[in-house]
Amino acid sequence: MKIVVAVKHVPDIQADRSLGQDGRLARDGGDGTLNEVDENAVEAALVVAESAGEAEVIALTMGPDDAVDAARRALQMGADRAVHVLDDDAAGSDALGTAHVLAAAVRRIAQDGPVDLVVTGMAATDGLTSLVPAALAAELGLVSLTLAVDVTVEDGAVTVRRELDHADETLRTALPALVSVSDRANEARYPNFAGIMAARKKPVTVWSLADLGLSPDEVGSAGARTRILSAAPRPAREDRVLITDTGDAGARLAAYLVEHKLA
Amino acid sequence: MTVLVLLDHADSGELRATAPELVALAHALGDPVEGVWVGAAPLPAQLPSGLARLHRVAVAHDEHVAAVVSEAVAAVADGTDASAVLLASTFENKDVAARLGALHGAGVVTDADAVDLEFGHVVAGKTVLAGTWTTRVEVVAPLAVVLVKAGAAEAAAAADAPEVVEHAVAPSYVGGLVEVVERTERAGTGRPDLASAQTVIVGGRGTEGDFGPLEDLADELGAAIGATRVATDEGWIAREAQVGQTGVTVSPRLYIGAGVSGAVHHRGGMQAAGTIVAVNNDPDAPIFEIADLGIVGDLFEVLPQAAAELRRLRG
Repeated sequence: MKIVVAVKHVPDIQADRSLGQDGRLARDGGDGTLNEVDENAVEAALVVAESAGEAEVIALTMGPDDAVDAARRALQMGADRAVHVLDDDAAGSDALGTAHVLAAAVRRIAQDGPVDLVVTGMAATDGLTSLVPAALAAELGLVSLTLAVDVTVEDGAVTVRRELDHADETLRTALPALVSVSDRANEARYPNFAGIMAARKKPVTVWSLADLGLSPDEVGSAGARTRILSAAPRPAREDRVLITDTGDAGARLAAYLVEHKLA
Repeated sequence: MTVLVLLDHADSGELRATAPELVALAHALGDPVEGVWVGAAPLPAQLPSGLARLHRVAVAHDEHVAAVVSEAVAAVADGTDASAVLLASTFENKDVAARLGALHGAGVVTDADAVDLEFGHVVAGKTVLAGTWTTRVEVVAPLAVVLVKAGAAEAAAAADAPEVVEHAVAPSYVGGLVEVVERTERAGTGRPDLASAQTVIVGGRGTEGDFGPLEDLADELGAAIGATRVATDEGWIAREAQVGQTGVTVSPRLYIGAGVSGAVHHRGGMQAAGTIVAVNNDPDAPIFEIADLGIVGDLFEVLPQAAAELRRLRG
């Protein structure tokens, strides 16, 4: 069984994040990390691989030089090898462009044996569009079962449970398929010393757009179907009030709500 | 050019609260505005006013499967030569939009709080990076698919349903591969929908599992009740009440956090709120950094007193 897990290197959400002049995310802050829910994706992939016995888990990432750190984290957790799509012309890809590149990479990975399962996180904490999983599946002609809080693979089929705003669902499909997992899907393992040491010897393959048969004008900012016209930090909230309750804070809260026409 | 609005509804046919907001917004993007209704649920007698037609699409597979919905929307978009499709910004609809982008060449913007037409192109406003930045995003594809957050516009009034155009979409290969083993639609809580409520009261660790004071104040304010990850993990409240980056994103006029520390994951789901009130007995709670009104105090004292005072003021 061959499993591809897509992982993304994102700026640490605890750090100050900002957009540049071009409206693109500043990715050079140096405090990047593996997107949190991608840890759950790697965990889910590893659990499926472990129960399948004969299985290979390939971490796939795309992004500038630093992005390989996300793949390395996946290797430390237990993925067998990694693929890093690295190309300046991929910069500025929107979510659909990203999915297009990842799809080409999955197809290339499948050249030496079919991919049975693609696993992703449900969202990346930088863009938070949640578009990539379903778009990637669509590009690959696969079913996507998204937002899984529980994933089971058996008898050549994958079953997920998901909790939506208005409904709970259990969905099943035959492999191959794509699954996106929520942060509730599992507790991601922490890499141990042996895992960290072993990861140093695991191969990381670097592919350019040309290696994937992609032309620069179909991806990156050139191929994007959305364009950021302007970006500005939200103005700080003004007239902020902090009080300590001395017995009348509830009444003051009520008065505040009435005064601001919020009650 | 035609603008389509996907009309989200319950299995009973009841429209989701976002649908009339989307219809109202759609007029900014073109004319006529037409509705898309996917599946076999009964049509309500009244629909948001301003719809020139309603396209009802019969589908061959389970209408809750994203691939099936996206093919239904794509069929109507092709048939009407639509320039834009508006959908409520839910996780289910993001899957629908992603497929429209990947397979039909649409440009997609998620989580928009405004839409407009500039020089013939759809431009959407959205806040990013946990509500700390605002951006304007132009769609440069012939078909714009915009996922709009709840509360982005005043809802269109209800009116008699317009002319209904019936469609049938052929069985989809991918859609047919998904088996819906089980689906349980949850009954309403009797409160406004969390994602679209104008007022949201959120309980965190500080409630210690007692949401009584929040419920009481919510009754006075007509508020929805939400919770932090900790509160849902503790089992104090249902998971779907979780507000945050991986839960429900809310942007109400008024947010009240009770016993909420304001971890960054949570802030990512509520920082775009109009007015933020925080009640917490820890003066160092990070939520006070973004609160318009911060109250250092015991929520079990402050909330009941506020509810009682509101009742008194209203006589």
